Amino acid sequence: MPKRDDIKKILLIGSGPIMIGQAAEFDFSGSQACKSLKEEGLEVVLVNSNPATIMTDPEMADAVYIEPLEVKAVERIIAKERPDGLIAGIGGQTGLNITSELAEHGILEKYNVKLLGTNLEAIKNTEDRELFKQTMESIGEKVPRSKAISTLKEAEELIDELGLPLIIRPAYTLGGAGGGIAHTKEELLEITERGLRRSRINQVLIEESVLGWKEFEYEVMRDANDTCIVICNMENLDPMGVHTGESIVVTPSQTLNDEEHQMLRTAAIKIIRTFGIEGGCNIQFAAKDGDYRIVEVNPRVSRSSALASKATGYPIAKVTAKIAIGMALDEILNDVTKKTPASFEPTIDYIVTKIPRWPFDKFVNADKTLTTAMKSTGEVMAIGRTIEESLLKAVRSLDIKMNFGTEEWSENETRMLLKTPTSERLFVMYHALCNGFSVEEVSSLTGIDIFFIRKLKNIIDMEDMVREEGFSGAISDDLLREAKQTGFTDARIAELTGKTREDINDQRRAAGIISTYKMVDTCAAEFAAETPYYYSCYEQMCEANPSDRKKIVILGSGPIRIGQGIEFDYCTVHAVAAIREAGIEAHIINNNPETVSTDYDTSDKLFFEPLTLEDVMNVIEKENPGAVLVQFGGQTSVNLALPLERELKRRNDLKTVILGTSPEDIDVAEDREKFNLRMSKIGINQPDAGYATSQDQAIEIATRIGYPVLVRPSYVLGGRAMEIVYDQNDLERYMREAVKVSPEHPILIDDFLEGAVEIDVDAVCDGKDVLIGAIMEHIEEAGVHSGDSACVIPPQSLSYEVLETVRDYTRKIALALNVKGLVNIQMAQKGDKVYVLEANPRSSRTIPFVSKAVGLPLAKIAARVIMGETLEEQGYSTCDEPKVKHVSVKEVLLPFDKLPGADPLLGPEMKSTGEVMGVDSDYGRAFFKAQLSADNLLPLTGKVFLSVKEEDQDGLLDVAQKLVSAGIELLGTKGTADFLSEHGLEMGIVRKVHDGSPNVIDMMRRYEVALVINTPEDKLSREDGSRIRRAAVDFKVPYITTIQAAIAAANAIVTMKQGEGEVKSINEYHKEMA
Amino acid sequence: MNAVLGLEDGTIIKGTGFGAEGIVSGELVFTTQYTGYEEALTDPSYKGQILMFTYPLIGNYGVSGNCMESDAVKAEGLVVREACPKPSHHLGKKTIYQLMEEEGKPGIAGVDTRMLTIKTREHGTMRAALINGSDDGEEAVRIARAQKSISDIDFISQVSCPEPFKLESPSRDPYNPLNVVLVDCGRKLSIERSLLARGMDVTVVPGNSSISTIESYDPDLLFISNGPGDPLQAQNAISAVKHFTGELPIVGICLGHQIMSLALGAETYKLKFGHRGANQPVKDLETGIVHITSQNHGFAVDGNSFEEAEVEVTQYNTNDKTVEGIAHKYLDMFSVQYHPDAHPGPQDTENLFFSKVLKLAGGKK
Repeated sequence: MPKRDDIKKILLIGSGPIMIGQAAEFDFSGSQACKSLKEEGLEVVLVNSNPATIMTDPEMADAVYIEPLEVKAVERIIAKERPDGLIAGIGGQTGLNITSELAEHGILEKYNVKLLGTNLEAIKNTEDRELFKQTMESIGEKVPRSKAISTLKEAEELIDELGLPLIIRPAYTLGGAGGGIAHTKEELLEITERGLRRSRINQVLIEESVLGWKEFEYEVMRDANDTCIVICNMENLDPMGVHTGESIVVTPSQTLNDEEHQMLRTAAIKIIRTFGIEGGCNIQFAAKDGDYRIVEVNPRVSRSSALASKATGYPIAKVTAKIAIGMALDEILNDVTKKTPASFEPTIDYIVTKIPRWPFDKFVNADKTLTTAMKSTGEVMAIGRTIEESLLKAVRSLDIKMNFGTEEWSENETRMLLKTPTSERLFVMYHALCNGFSVEEVSSLTGIDIFFIRKLKNIIDMEDMVREEGFSGAISDDLLREAKQTGFTDARIAELTGKTREDINDQRRAAGIISTYKMVDTCAAEFAAETPYYYSCYEQMCEANPSDRKKIVILGSGPIRIGQGIEFDYCTVHAVAAIREAGIEAHIINNNPETVSTDYDTSDKLFFEPLTLEDVMNVIEKENPGAVLVQFGGQTSVNLALPLERELKRRNDLKTVILGTSPEDIDVAEDREKFNLRMSKIGINQPDAGYATSQDQAIEIATRIGYPVLVRPSYVLGGRAMEIVYDQNDLERYMREAVKVSPEHPILIDDFLEGAVEIDVDAVCDGKDVLIGAIMEHIEEAGVHSGDSACVIPPQSLSYEVLETVRDYTRKIALALNVKGLVNIQMAQKGDKVYVLEANPRSSRTIPFVSKAVGLPLAKIAARVIMGETLEEQGYSTCDEPKVKHVSVKEVLLPFDKLPGADPLLGPEMKSTGEVMGVDSDYGRAFFKAQLSADNLLPLTGKVFLSVKEEDQDGLLDVAQKLVSAGIELLGTKGTADFLSEHGLEMGIVRKVHDGSPNVIDMMRRYEVALVINTPEDKLSREDGSRIRRAAVDFKVPYITTIQAAIAAANAIVTMKQGEGEVKSINEYHKEMA
Repeated sequence: MNAVLGLEDGTIIKGTGFGAEGIVSGELVFTTQYTGYEEALTDPSYKGQILMFTYPLIGNYGVSGNCMESDAVKAEGLVVREACPKPSHHLGKKTIYQLMEEEGKPGIAGVDTRMLTIKTREHGTMRAALINGSDDGEEAVRIARAQKSISDIDFISQVSCPEPFKLESPSRDPYNPLNVVLVDCGRKLSIERSLLARGMDVTVVPGNSSISTIESYDPDLLFISNGPGDPLQAQNAISAVKHFTGELPIVGICLGHQIMSLALGAETYKLKFGHRGANQPVKDLETGIVHITSQNHGFAVDGNSFEEAEVEVTQYNTNDKTVEGIAHKYLDMFSVQYHPDAHPGPQDTENLFFSKVLKLAGGKK
């Protein structure tokens, strides 16, 4: 069936911001779909609220709208663009939900937009838990016994029928959000209430538990012709009860025999046919001893399909898009072989391991237990020829402190942590096996198949062998080769044998034990492949075949985590594009399966590898590139700058250099003390600061500077362990609980500029000129981590003089740090003074936002600068930031709704997972859109609850006056009401929370509060505030926790009352600037 | 234990031996399936071949004994990257090591199987020898080169049943019993399992059975099985098909498909390196659907060589456009190159194929 000719213009709906349960995978699938549709000559219109994506680059589609993913906003785009068709299955759960709503509101019909690919009924039949169950039963497929309910009473009644524990699965949510496992009646009611709130249709499924069964996933595709193929299957190491996104997963399955594998495969095909899904689909099974149950069907591309694409090389999203426009699988070419069609099943000749990356380093108090709801922010993937190699590569890709053998647990703790799945269980298993637990015991406590436990034991046995030989003097070449094949790093072997990493590295290279690279080719070498997608192993034959072209290696950023998100992947991809445009071969090293950078057609060669010194050096050794770039992949790659430089120097046989800002200058910027010195040398204003290597010294410095002070360890990412302390007791507590101070681990103490306005600048420097991308004014005051603060371009409150100082400082700092490429500088303005807080000579998380707001491809410009093309040569002679007529607001997404128990407060430690952008002709509307996109709908009618700390009272009055003028009713406790009535404003009085019911929390539960504005108070009444904020999160009530944001919100509400502006694409905004 | 693999092009691969000690020779072929090693090793079509898995871990779920496709391991030897010494599965009774040992067949592990796959892909299937218990590569190469070409060996007589025997279907219709005569050229047990499951009785006869022997069982349908080697070696079966053409419904799988094609006047040829795996795409020209199939064959039918205009190619492989199925336009004859009987591999075409067989045999469905 050739492609439909009634479809000329297609609307693609993206998935919005990165959040727990939805990482970069939809940028990958969306970008693939855009390319795939344009390839077929279609006009593509795209809407997504997330600026940090490649898919929202203006050149990805014919019109890119960065607008809220909400029915009304999308309707306005449809009314303007009049697309012929819409593809729902590309934008994840968000895309499906919006599409369902568009259809339910009759909008698709009204504008005659055809739903392409998977149809609405299929979406309904898979998402609505009751319909899903009925459909499965009608074709004789077994599902766990369950019932869909919409009241708490119904839930309670099911306890007798199904027995505890019970699984709660809300309909139409992503990443299992709002769901969980209930072991008691109380837990059941609590989780059910939360789940009902989250579900789009107020429905949850209460399901009997198949805890302990194994979990398998099948990625299936179907075309309109009814051809069905299975891309791959995956085996979860963790048994049922842990969300698949939270489990360690291997591909292909390891413990199913052919009979069982075919049984599940056949069921998967029967299911995709029954639902009539066209495109990719994910099916989850619980299986035990030859029996199975269908757990879930996702009729769309997903995190698992991204993983399956990277694990096999089969581009699921790309093919899904082509199926949606009517093409049959055998009419689509297999990109990998370029000869055979897409109508085949990939097969692989390696083992893929995926491990999730959790944010518990950021939320130390959050519950680390893994359940059916996701808590991880991202994941890593690794490929090896053995399970041991694949697993060890995945562990070192995680880029976390924890490693095998770094932690100790008591025997009781070990036993308990083996039983309870947590983010640490893999390491606990290792610890247990090293400390006398048998493989049988570990398997029975964890419920993980003994097959995998034995693989872990093999690693330990190999360690013992290496250690033993190390004791006796030196490790033999034979054992060294075996250890490398098992996945050991030189560093680990050195540690075990009491040698240095360099010794081992030299020994193995002298013995010819060097890494070989094998290709990921979808077909286990049955056909010659064109895809330049490689993984390392220690085998006989290497397939990397370096060309004699000029080449550059770019280091990626690894897994998505708080503080290092998709923005860095965006920068990596742009740098690669610039390098390729310059006719130089670009190679990427990265290990994140969700991203565009690890799509095999992004670069000339993709090395799917951990980002460690050794893994990077191995690629350099093989390819002998002219240069390696470290500034685009965020802190992960920046941290490799110095070690890489040292190693390249040590290895005088390699000619590779690190291009861009030199590692020494990067070090100056990273090292607070050196940085302060260099800044004061060029007369740049900085907050008073000190550097303490002991407790006494810290107290002395803080006293000198005066409280409050900002404290943090040096060399940090995303403000890790950064706090504002208000007095000496507080400081002592910090040094006792958060960060131990020592000469090796000094802390920094900065004057905390209370009430200052924070400013962010992104710029490119070529060593002579400095191009300022944009100056961003933060909406929240200094003290909130810049990554968590909303910000606006152009600045709204900064004076001409302040802006001039900012520009002047930016140029001076960039030149003083000898920046070659990107630099991000954070400043603060207090009174008429501007202070510099920090400078990072690398890509920053605001680069994509700035690029989209002002239409400058900063990362590309920087990459060209690094390759030697000056700013002047690139035509950027005016180096001030571009003047814009429109206003762009960046807002962040916070993960509190996914992490029960955490207090939803902003502070100096970064907590957000992603961002959205609101664009409009004025600040108010842009702010409103940004809030809407961040799932924080500002009310235009209804009641707003106000409660602020004393210092915020001036702002409170401003907010209250504006809200009242916009016809909003105010609610508050007696104190606030008294204050407002002194100024002639009326407010409804509610009781304080600790005074009992009815209070604001009860009103929130009854949907009577449209917005909560609560700024954190002093310690005594903190309890109330914390409960109110937590309730807002749990009951999905929009909330604001800073007075600056409240003022911006009040302004936005007033503006929106006057009507909406015109909807414009990013392409149009950029054109207006030119 | 040392083991060594030698190829006719002089390649010598050293590794760790397992299974039985000794020397075997045959064609080195690779299969890309990652499950189903028990089924594959016992598939008689692998007679005369040393089987290599492209998937690096073999033996993970052990050997159950329930998944055998014949009475013994038929592949001459086994080449893997890693063989699992301690499998885990609820049905697992022994390890792949024990199976090979008991069956008297050698195996070699620690091999860069991907490298050998690429070699095979580029060079075409090569003769090889595997020695378990020695690392004399020169010797292995010499043995590899000394052996006859696979086309010159009669494998059918080595794997076919010695005497005819009858199997009654537990679900047979006693008032209308159907009897399929299955000509055993090296049959996989799954074929008769699928026939029996649909109520057909099966009479298995040796591959060299005479026409009168076949006639004596009064077949409702003649079924030509899969099997090893060059189809031109199956002259007896070819004659049988010729004889019964127009008299009986005839169907065939794999080698059986090649035999029927030869009987209908077509030619066969040797593929460069064959189709072996569980992911081969076959387009059914009648429905337009592409089915994923299980395959194991080194020879193929030339679709343009049918003398008579009565035969049409009904299915082809979308990877390389080779013939995957034929049907006679007027007579009840059809055959497929792949294995609808699965085991190992996808069951996507099992019902499609065998319900058609049942119809031809005269069943009600």
